[in-house]
Formats: sequence, C-alpha cells, structure tokens
Amino acid sequence: MRDARLHGGTPIKPVYGPEDLAGRDADQDIGRPGEYPYTRGIHKAMYRDRLWTMRQYIGFGTPAETNARFKYLMAHGQDALNVAFDLPTQLGLDSDDPRAEGEVGRVGMAIDTLADMEEAFAGIPLDKVSVSLTINGMAAPITAMYYAVAGQQGVAPDRVVTTPQNDILKEFVARGTWIYPVDPSLRLVADLIEFSAKHYPRSNPVSVCGYHIREAGCTTAQEMAYGLAIARAYIELMLARGMAVDEFAPRISFNFTCWGKIFEEVGKFRAGRRLYARMLREHFGATNPKSWTFRTLIGGGGSAFTVQEPENNIVRGAYIALAAALSGAQTMALPTYDEAYTIPSAKAQLIALRTMQICAEESGAADTADPLGGSYYVEALTNEMERLIGEELAHVERMGGIVEAVKTGALQAEVARQAYLFEHKLNSGEIPKVGVNCHVGDGAAEADHAVELYTFDQKVADAQVAKLAKIRRERDDRAARSALRRLSDEARGTSNLMPAIVEAVRAYATLGEINRALKDVFGEHKEPVKF
Amino acid sequence: MKVLIAKPGLDGHDRGAKVVAQALRDAGIEVVYSGLKRTPDEIVQEAVQEDVDAIGLSILSGAHLLLSRKVLDGLRAHGAEDIKVIVGGIVPPRDVNPLRELGVHRVFPMGTPLADIVTAFKTIDGEDRR
Repeated sequence: MRDARLHGGTPIKPVYGPEDLAGRDADQDIGRPGEYPYTRGIHKAMYRDRLWTMRQYIGFGTPAETNARFKYLMAHGQDALNVAFDLPTQLGLDSDDPRAEGEVGRVGMAIDTLADMEEAFAGIPLDKVSVSLTINGMAAPITAMYYAVAGQQGVAPDRVVTTPQNDILKEFVARGTWIYPVDPSLRLVADLIEFSAKHYPRSNPVSVCGYHIREAGCTTAQEMAYGLAIARAYIELMLARGMAVDEFAPRISFNFTCWGKIFEEVGKFRAGRRLYARMLREHFGATNPKSWTFRTLIGGGGSAFTVQEPENNIVRGAYIALAAALSGAQTMALPTYDEAYTIPSAKAQLIALRTMQICAEESGAADTADPLGGSYYVEALTNEMERLIGEELAHVERMGGIVEAVKTGALQAEVARQAYLFEHKLNSGEIPKVGVNCHVGDGAAEADHAVELYTFDQKVADAQVAKLAKIRRERDDRAARSALRRLSDEARGTSNLMPAIVEAVRAYATLGEINRALKDVFGEHKEPVKF
Repeated sequence: MKVLIAKPGLDGHDRGAKVVAQALRDAGIEVVYSGLKRTPDEIVQEAVQEDVDAIGLSILSGAHLLLSRKVLDGLRAHGAEDIKVIVGGIVPPRDVNPLRELGVHRVFPMGTPLADIVTAFKTIDGEDRR
C-alpha cells in the first residue's frame, strides 16, 4: 500500500471510523459553529450570513499606480484591500536613501510621507472599505498615516477598520523586515495595540502571522503553534501594561497560510480555533466571547506554487480556496500563478480574485457551516493536529518561550532545519509535486510566454524621489523637526510613542526621519545567525 | 572549498539561502552565511576576508541585476575577480543571460533542483573540489 503522511510525518490511515474518535466528548470538543470552543467556526451560520472577505495583496510603484490597481480590483468585486509596501518603506528608508536604490516601488508601493498615503487612498472611502496594511517594523508610523488620512476624509475614529500586520516577532523568524532589537520592537507593537484599542476601537491593531513562518519552512503544526505562542506573547505584553484582556483581545486577528493537503489544513484551523479559545478563556480568563474567537485571514502560500508549468498554479489556487473555505476563513487571499516569476500582472490578480469568487458562488463550499464537521477523518485529524500543536508549544517553552527563542535564534534555526528537511522530501518524491518530481513535462519552454513579466521602471523611483524633495521643501520644517525631537525624547522614556509618532506624521516628517529618531535611541537588531 | 552564502539588499526571505547553505555544508563544503540585508560592499569585504572560492547571492526582490553588478564590481575593485559569483532566487528567464553577461558564473532561478546547485559549487573550477 502507498505510504501517506501529514506534513510533519505522522502516518495517515487508509480509513477512519468511530474508533478513531473514542474517548472524546463531541459536545465539549466539537460543539456547534459559533459556540465555544469554536472548533467548527466562529459564526453560527458562517458564510450563509456573510461571505469571507476577498483581499488580494496589492501594491507596486507609486501610490498613484497602486491606487489605480486598487480601483481596478474593486470594480471587479474585491471588497477590501491588502496593501503591499516596497522594501524601503517596510524598513523605514526614504526613497532617496542610497540603500533603497533599485528597490523603490518594486515589491510594493513606496511611502515616504503622509502625502503618499493621501494619494494611495484618494477616492477610496475609508469608512466603507477595510484595509490591511502589510507593515511590521514601521507599523506604528504607517498606521498613524492611515489614521490621519481617514481623519482627513472625515471618517470618525470608531468607523475606521484597518489591520496593520504589526507582528514583529514573526519578522525575526521569517520575512526579515525587523529594524530595532527585540525589546524596543515589542514596545512599538504594544504601543500601537494600546493606542488603537483606546482611540480606534474597530481597528485590528495586530495580525498574528503563522503564514510567513510556514512559508519559511516550518510544518503545519509548527505554523499554528508558533502563531499561538506569538499571540500569547503579545497578550502578556498588554496585560503587563495594565490592560484587561477583554479590552484588546477581541481585536486580535490572525494570518495563516493554507496549501498542501486539504484535510490537514482544515484540521489545523479547527484545532487552532479550539486551542485559542481555551487559552483565552481558561488561561487568560477572558469573559467576552469575542476575545475567544480566532479570526483569521487564510491566504494561500506562494510556496505551494511551482515555476514549472506555471498555469497549473491556477488549479492549485482553486484547491487552496476550497481548503480555506472549508477551514472557516474570515478573509481570503490567494497567491497569483505568476509569483515565482514576477510581480503579479493585473490578469493574474484578476484570476486569483475570480478563483475565490467561483469557490464562493459556484462550488457550494459556502452553503453550510463547517461542512466537514463530523467526518471521522477530519475530526480525528483535528485531534491529531491539536496534539501535534501542543507538542510544538511545549518545544517553544523548552526554548525559553517564543521571545527568548527568537532572541537566541533557536526558533529561526528550527525553521531552517525544517525547510531543509522539506527540500529533501521534495527531492526524494516523498512529497509529490506535479511537474517537479512527478509527471514532469517539458514545461520550461512554454513558461516564458505563459507569464507576463513586470518591468521595473526607474522613472517610478525618480518620481518618488522628486516628490519627496518637494515635500521636504514645502513642509513646515520647524514643526517636523520639533516632532522628531519629541519622538526621540519619548523613546528614551517609557510612555506610549503613538502620540509623538502621530504628531511627526502630521508634520510630514518622512518615514526615514521617524525611523532614525527611533534608531538613535533603540539601536539596531543584530541577527543571531545559527543553523 | 569555501563559500559565502549572502543576502544582498533589503529582501528578507532567507529560506532558499539557508537551505542551500545546509546542502553545501552536507556536501563537505565550508560555508559562511552573511545574514540578512548586507550591502554589496559588506559582502565583498566578507568574501575577501574569509578568502572564499565562491559567493552564492540569494535575491528574491527582483533587484538581482543591480545587486549582482555591484558585487562583481566590488570584487574587481578588490582584485578578487577569481571569486566566482552564483545567483539564485526569483530570476525571470529574460534576466538569466544579462546576469551571465555581467560576469555571474551560474544562475539558478526558483525551482532549480538542490543537487544541481551543489554540483555547480563543487565543480566551480571545472573539477570536483569537494
């Protein structure tokens, strides 16, 4: 008989039955959708009441170009935005910084000052559209800019719905847009959570990501375990500031990937919801049911996609959308089929959006809550994933907790080790991949014209640099400088830095200037390189 | 045989770099890893100081042409053009030849089998130098 295993190596039986659920209490462990412990989903009728939000990750070039692409996808039925920033923006470098050369507007849009943010959201009603900001090290100033633009549009603070990613711990493990050392970085995360909880009650000031750690190579169970451990670290941080858990926990959101084996993914999310609900209620004593719910974006992972025969990635995307729907996603995003080649074309982004729409409208996956609930296999898998996630959480504790494991680099080393193991499984064929290690065709020849390559235009950077120079010339320089001085001064103390950041942003201080004001005090992170 | 695996520029995706580093090490090659966000200049200096035979540059942001050119220019400026440069990452097919013309020894776009990459490093001077 053919061998079959979960991502982490657990063997899968050829058939499951009632004996696989023996000893578990269906009411307590599974329950009903919309009820504690939310194994079957966080809403009673799930997609019958409200479909998942479709939120493709978009951003490139200047704010004006990105604004046009936002409007293009919204005209085609996308109902929310997920903003990509270029690397200089993510790292707090101005577009004219020498280290930004060649990167301005490349993997996302360039933001230097509030003026760019105004342009990016011109004509987009921020009281009606919810916007995710994929920003971490610079989450505090970018979110301050977003709040300022919403204010300019006349949107009341309690109508602003935005989700800055603001998950710096996962940046240290994967993705790498860290700037300051771990502790001051965590302070900024907590400052934004606290400030938003007080002034922008509908914003989701942190989106805890297992996604990128999985994309960096960890297993399915590790992805969920690390996400839960990071959420726990942020919760402890806020409690240490004297906030009550129910003051901020209802607005914690998540971001996870989904690819590979459909049922393993479904089991991962069902187990994750159960574990999170129990952690919040039993460990942290949250009493507001909204604090118990694991609200998540499920975005397909680009690492599922292949460079070989790229059109096949469209098919993979459809399975990912189905798995995300069956997993109970609140928000969905899919990678585009051309990801291994280029910045996505408008066509590739439209195909990804249409894939989610086909899944929503045609497939029937949205017709009933948790359609796989009660399946012997899926319930057994959910229990197994819960056990595996528990083991990984214990492993994190043995590393000294997630913050310590990140500081020493032990977690990064484990993820790199898993990435290497995965590569071996791919090479040996243990993890099959059509077009890569089985059913290999002569796809390379066709790939060239299957993909429309994005051409990076130096004019984008030149325009951005010219605009930045103009703003520096025209702004009230004294106000900008005094705001930056205040920011540095307050960074030396312990107060919440958001008010000072808001002042700097409104004075059109640049992201680079704000970053420098903080870096002068905090210093820079030194990466523990070990594997 | 000694290799520097390096991450130039601002791109923070290091999965590929670390996988290749582990594979080279398992193949008996001495490996130094630069860590993230090194400037081309820092990479050249580390390569010269560590006296490596080759540099593996991992770039996923799309800035591979500019960053590779700067590393190659830096090596020439240090009289270290004997250090071979191999580039991997998200490299679209149309950029492979321009990279070779700059002086990049080999280019490994996403999806290249690990064994091919290891072999390229081991046979960098046309002979097996394990």
